[in-house]
Amino acid sequence: MKRKILFSLKSPYREQLDVIGYRFGHGKKSLAIVGAMRGNEVQQMYVCSRMVQALKKLESDGKIAEDCEIMVIPCVNYYSMNIGKRFWAMDNTDINRMFPGYNMGETTQRIADGIFSKLQGYEYGIQLASFYQPGIFLPHVKMMDTGFTDAEIMKDFGLKFGIVRKPRPYDTTTLNYNWQVWETKAFSVYANATDEVDTEAADEAVNAILRFMNNRGIVSAKTPPGYITEILNENKTRQIQSESAGMFFRTARIGSTVERGDVLGKIVDPFDGELVAEIRTPVSGTVYFAYNSPLINAKTVCFKII
Amino acid sequence: MIETVASIPLAVNENLNIRKRRIQNGSSKTRLSLVTGTHGDELEGQYLAYMVGSFVDEHIDRLDGILDIYPALNPMGIDSITRGIPMFDLDMNRVFPGTKQGTMVEVICSSIVDDLCGSDICVDVHSSNIFLREIPQIRISVPTADILVPYARLMNVDFVWIHESATVLESTLAHTLNSKGTKTLVVEMGVGMRITKEYCKQLFDGVINLMSELGMWKGETAPVREPVVSLGHDVGFVNSDAAGIFVPCADFGENVKKGDHIGDVVDPLTSEVIEKVQAVCDGMIFTLREYPVVYGGSLLARILQPAVGGETA
Repeated sequence: MKRKILFSLKSPYREQLDVIGYRFGHGKKSLAIVGAMRGNEVQQMYVCSRMVQALKKLESDGKIAEDCEIMVIPCVNYYSMNIGKRFWAMDNTDINRMFPGYNMGETTQRIADGIFSKLQGYEYGIQLASFYQPGIFLPHVKMMDTGFTDAEIMKDFGLKFGIVRKPRPYDTTTLNYNWQVWETKAFSVYANATDEVDTEAADEAVNAILRFMNNRGIVSAKTPPGYITEILNENKTRQIQSESAGMFFRTARIGSTVERGDVLGKIVDPFDGELVAEIRTPVSGTVYFAYNSPLINAKTVCFKII
Repeated sequence: MIETVASIPLAVNENLNIRKRRIQNGSSKTRLSLVTGTHGDELEGQYLAYMVGSFVDEHIDRLDGILDIYPALNPMGIDSITRGIPMFDLDMNRVFPGTKQGTMVEVICSSIVDDLCGSDICVDVHSSNIFLREIPQIRISVPTADILVPYARLMNVDFVWIHESATVLESTLAHTLNSKGTKTLVVEMGVGMRITKEYCKQLFDGVINLMSELGMWKGETAPVREPVVSLGHDVGFVNSDAAGIFVPCADFGENVKKGDHIGDVVDPLTSEVIEKVQAVCDGMIFTLREYPVVYGGSLLARILQPAVGGETA
């Protein structure tokens, strides 16, 4: 293992920001794994730290394939992590909306450029992603439909679901999208939590990434058997909006199978405790996203059903 | 008449209301929509909305048409000094056109677009953020320039910046409305979290002039200035390469020569000048940093180059 500084940025008042990468194996750039780009992506950093542990062991056991190099970047934006902010502390910009970056541009564009220049040329890229709404996900893998990457590859993760997303304009400045444009087969792995550690989901994410590496011939690793992944388009999943506002109580578990008409949660009046609404699913399927904040506004996407 | 464009119940005993005021007189149905407050830290438009509304109220007999004023597309952001919508990660101006089936913000954006569509012209007023001061200007993407520049010239701004289009900007309010056939001008002026009265007065004259040219204002108008109209490649960007405190020595609006000293980045701990900042090209400083703390990459100034191959004023 080699620990290297990939990018540095001076601060007027803090120690220099050093983005650290861990390299394993030698030769062809096979896989890069990127963790926290936002300051609250603790779970994403944790999964990467677990990958560093796993890869150290595989490397010492000689289980990394010849002519394969793997890089792990556990955390890009620890400046924000250390002060409890999600986005870049100075100007509240999101590094993951700055790719491919620009080395003569604004600060977060320069950070994105500095990182991206080290992430190009890998055959595969995995980002530990978080969602822009508060909620928890069934661990799954997602890719942008840019026409470059074969969605079937997602089956190698052995997660229950592989989701293909049609990119929206605001997606075009993310790492995942730009990786694909620069011909890296890029995937986002969602490991349930964001600002807290869910060890069970982290186990599942680590095993999924190791399974992927094993199936792609990058490492030789023993992992628990995975699922036969169901590949589907995001627009085939069903979003359920809250029609009312108040206090939100979820009754459906993530990953549970539900029948049309089942109650997934309820909303009660925050002052008098009266039931305001029951949230019922209009379709049968598996709950793969659930809102997880105690307060809910109307027109909030509170469940997604596959 | 005050109307509610969108209303969404919030968790605890409150509704999020997006409101507009319609001022209507005469027989004409010509409609100008003045929109602002998408970013909660941009307040210049608040005073402009007040100025235009109060003036038209006082001289209602001179109005022949419909003036719709939307002062706050992001009222919770303004109320909490938050640029975006509180508790929502995405910039509101990256969510348009929205959708009725999406998140709360997407639903709101969809309602706003529905309401604005059909205006004869829409003026979307932004300030800069808290970091930069901007000369009054209108920004137009290349594909819409032929249609919009003639209107932009009526607006009494100093500068019309025609910039390259980018995919990410397809989710702005202006792009959405222009795509749907509602001509929309994006104004940038001043600085975040402040009101610059002289800029608001300048834009006020522009809005009244635009209304006059549209035939919906029968009163007198003030003369408007002829803006410099420029393509994107005529703008020089000055970014900091060092981290420290930026202290400008050039003035906003000043004409400079390439290599001129326009400021320093200094270190308050060592008392050293870390970077001597120079103009990257000849021209006028139309953007200048207001907020002193800088990192490598922080934008310090934008310089509008003189008429070399792009200026068409």
